[in-house]
Amino acid sequence: MKALETPYEKVTAKNFPKGPDVLASGHRACQGCGEVLALRLLMKALGNDFVAVSATGCMEVCTAPFPQSAWRVPWIHVAFENAAAVASGVESALKVLRRKKRGPDRRIPVVAFAGDGGTADIGIQALSGALERGHEDFIYVCLDNEAYMNTGIQRSSETPFGANTTTSPAGTQSQGQNTWKKNMALIAAAHGVPYVATASPAYHLDLMNKIRRAAAISGPAYLHVYAPCPTGWRMKPELSVESAKLVVTTRIFPVYEVLDGKYILNRKVDAPTPIEDYLKIQGRFKHLKAEDLVYIKERVNEEYERIVKLAEAFPATA
Amino acid sequence: MAKLVGMEVSLAVAEAARLCDTDVVAAYPITPQTHIVEHLSELVANGKLDAEYIPVESEQSAMSSCIGASAAGARTFTATSSQGLALMNEMIFIAPVLRTPIVLAIANRALSAPINIWNDHSDIMTIRDSGWISLFAENGQEALDLTILSFKIGEDPQVSLPVTMNIDGFTLSHFIEPIDIPSLESVRSFLPPWKPLVKLDVSDPISIGLLGTPESYTEARKATDNVLVASKTAVDKAFKEFKERFGREYKSVETYRTEDAETLLLTMGSISETAMTAVDEMRDKGVKAGLVRIRLWRPFPAEDLKEILVKAKNVAVIDRHIMMGAPVGPVGAEVFSILYNANPRPKVKNFVLGLGGRDVTRDDFHLIVEKAKSAPAQDIERYELVGVWE
Repeated sequence: MKALETPYEKVTAKNFPKGPDVLASGHRACQGCGEVLALRLLMKALGNDFVAVSATGCMEVCTAPFPQSAWRVPWIHVAFENAAAVASGVESALKVLRRKKRGPDRRIPVVAFAGDGGTADIGIQALSGALERGHEDFIYVCLDNEAYMNTGIQRSSETPFGANTTTSPAGTQSQGQNTWKKNMALIAAAHGVPYVATASPAYHLDLMNKIRRAAAISGPAYLHVYAPCPTGWRMKPELSVESAKLVVTTRIFPVYEVLDGKYILNRKVDAPTPIEDYLKIQGRFKHLKAEDLVYIKERVNEEYERIVKLAEAFPATA
Repeated sequence: MAKLVGMEVSLAVAEAARLCDTDVVAAYPITPQTHIVEHLSELVANGKLDAEYIPVESEQSAMSSCIGASAAGARTFTATSSQGLALMNEMIFIAPVLRTPIVLAIANRALSAPINIWNDHSDIMTIRDSGWISLFAENGQEALDLTILSFKIGEDPQVSLPVTMNIDGFTLSHFIEPIDIPSLESVRSFLPPWKPLVKLDVSDPISIGLLGTPESYTEARKATDNVLVASKTAVDKAFKEFKERFGREYKSVETYRTEDAETLLLTMGSISETAMTAVDEMRDKGVKAGLVRIRLWRPFPAEDLKEILVKAKNVAVIDRHIMMGAPVGPVGAEVFSILYNANPRPKVKNFVLGLGGRDVTRDDFHLIVEKAKSAPAQDIERYELVGVWE
């Protein structure tokens, strides 16, 4: 598939979007929430000409307790596992109503926001279906805080190896989460969609330009966004952005794009920060032993190298 | 006299969705519903219906996409059966409260287990309390007409609720019947494009599906129930308007030879035609039997039904579903409740039959009428299975 990309203006420090936030202040997210920070930046980049669909989760609960709503764009929440399917319906409706001259005569992106559980676990079927069907103005954003935080820090398939959660507790017979994080970005890319990207709110311009690119491309786009959760990670709220930076500089979370099957590693990490720097600021990893760290380091480098090799083997021309 | 066309009932339902200028169809195949959506995808593929057909990966996504499409202002249709409806269940309970007037055709089929693809009403009974308007068709003409009426009723600004249009799987969905297909122009003038009161609109943003705390949840549920109960007026109005336009008359509760009847059979769906024939046979033998059939299952037409039933001595209520652990079936429970304070009050006996495609014959109705007449008072408080292997 060849992405049809319309020109778009890149966000820079100079032209950073001003004015009131499309996601209004006064929501009920926890102090230092990296997820709401990412959401706000993404919405700043998009402006107000889009329709938002939320899965059940932290962002839905903290932004929309009746009779209040923080959303200054049309917004719908239906259930937990189906944000991709609801967005598919909205996208199809806007398309047919435009064709029948009963709706706005322009492309309006429909953006689904879901957490890691709503994406990689309970929502993966609906997401796979939506990506495979090729909805033109469909963007799916996974805000990944690496566990079911809204229900009280239960493990998901996105919880990193070794993390202590309420359903992967560290104990005498367990080091905590005993599986490796599911690679949702590569799973999305395997659908052959025109655009997939990973991003971290610590690199805010990169994050914002990725959703602008997603909106400029015709066809389904998938963004996997790292979303620090001080509450669930047992981390000081002021370290949210720091952790979002360290996750990239340690190679744990490579920041890259897959455009028409070509890989672009946005931030090559030749001299990685020690992984311990990332792990030690989070209480969820404090029980880890030396042998756990050996395994984590080995696997992190293996996963990072996979992306490096993909970028070398399938380089983007532009 | 209109020209009648021989057509499979499933196809007639799809043709009705075409006549209604449906905007979005999101559907997943399941027997015995599949012919409806197959035909719709064919109509879209050949440019006979200008719609977006979303071939979703499950019924859960079908209903989710329908809610999204309807919330965005599109006229939306889907169809399912049995396990498919069960998989939709979570979203089924959300659609009415979000006030999305989706039309869902259900080719009624038994729920697993054991897995069974044939007809009964166990699927629709799982969503009995969800807030959808539910209509039952008895034959092909009704299936087509009620599909058109479902959009008309659901989209009424006083209603704005989703509607299920029920046809018995196989015994109705797969039959070829003579059907009067109204002209495109007549349907389009009866049902102009839907104008939602609110929708997902970038020029006037609203939020749909907010969190209901203990301070607002009860009011949201009650508001939906109020609208559903009040929708009976819109149903009657739409039936009246339909008769004026197309000449065919529908009522929430239909009757057949009920005047002076001592024993009334009460049915829903396509077995009613068999019951009618049985009533004729009984009348020929001097048995004062009549037939009452519920067309509007939700909102339950309590007043209309009560008025008819209190005139009889015996009422034999037919259920096509076992309400596990309960003394009676779902239709039986409603009838007992509306008649409890009636004076005079007929004797009510509840029968369950025709489960999982088990044949329902005229003889069954003869037997039921005899049993209803002779049932001793102590026997009436529990349903009785008819046609079961001993």
